[in-house]
Amino acid sequence: MSSLLDKQFNDENIVITKVDDLLNWARLSSLWQVSFGLACCAIEMMATSASHYDFDRFGVIPRPSPRQSDVIIISGTVTLKMATRIKRLYEQMPDPKYVISMGSCSNCGGPYWEHGYHVLKGVDRVIPVDVYVPGCPPRPEALLEGLLKLQEKIRNESLVKKS
Amino acid sequence: MKTTEEIFTILKNNFGDAILELVTSQPVEHFIKVNPIEINKICQFLRENEELLFDSLMNLSGVDDANGKKSADADGTQIISGGTLSVFYHLESTKLHHKITLKVSTEREKPEVASVESTWRHADWHEREAYDLLGIIFLNHPDLRRILMPYDWEAGYPLRKDYKNPEFYLGMKVPY
Repeated sequence: MSSLLDKQFNDENIVITKVDDLLNWARLSSLWQVSFGLACCAIEMMATSASHYDFDRFGVIPRPSPRQSDVIIISGTVTLKMATRIKRLYEQMPDPKYVISMGSCSNCGGPYWEHGYHVLKGVDRVIPVDVYVPGCPPRPEALLEGLLKLQEKIRNESLVKKS
Repeated sequence: MKTTEEIFTILKNNFGDAILELVTSQPVEHFIKVNPIEINKICQFLRENEELLFDSLMNLSGVDDANGKKSADADGTQIISGGTLSVFYHLESTKLHHKITLKVSTEREKPEVASVESTWRHADWHEREAYDLLGIIFLNHPDLRRILMPYDWEAGYPLRKDYKNPEFYLGMKVPY
């Protein structure tokens, strides 16, 4: 004789999981990026979005509003003038929000580290960065790897703070 | 089609003392040094004269000649006093297919050059760039404000040879 509980377990339409896992899975599977680019890295980022590398297969689509985005990819040289704008964009994004720093310029100033009077030496001086992607510029494969690292990070998050 | 030497003679006949000299000793194209306050009239003439017809300002760029007296302050930063800042004008006639280079030099302490914006509209942004990066003041420019650096940049003009980058800008650390 089968109980009601047995019946549910045998039914294909029901999946049992933890709330944490469900939320994390939902978040990491549809990371909408702020539709914005800065320099040559932005060209590689656009190539990553295009059909050959197809960012959309990971659920990443450009969203032309920071208020409805989950991730911002800092793709290029961050000038001091732009840094104040980036900070404002980041602050307009709703939580939870993530930052991918793409390329040497955004990681640490890149070729402008010494004589770039106008360049911020790393975007992490104004906003917190989750994943750094090295390269000048990084190939689309490298940016995809960066996204997979970010997904891995989100997969291990928890609603409950670990003590 | 005219050579720089021929154009120099035409200018000398029309403007006299405002045309300073024809420089042929440099390993670059020959250029004409002129008076910075008269440059707007000279350029207007170069554009409108039927033998010259310079309808295109290909480039306008500022230069720090760094030919003043050099000294160092307490922390070893170079300070230049006196000397000149220069502006180069590269002109081309698309009708007569000839080119010319003009140079003006102005005092570093009071760098004033007449604007040629009324002759070629695109001189507007070129002059703003020279102002932004070298601090050259273009007289009678309609909108002389910074074009690349932030509007509230107070640390000076970055392409001057004695420029010193600030420690902080709006709370952001600038040096590596």
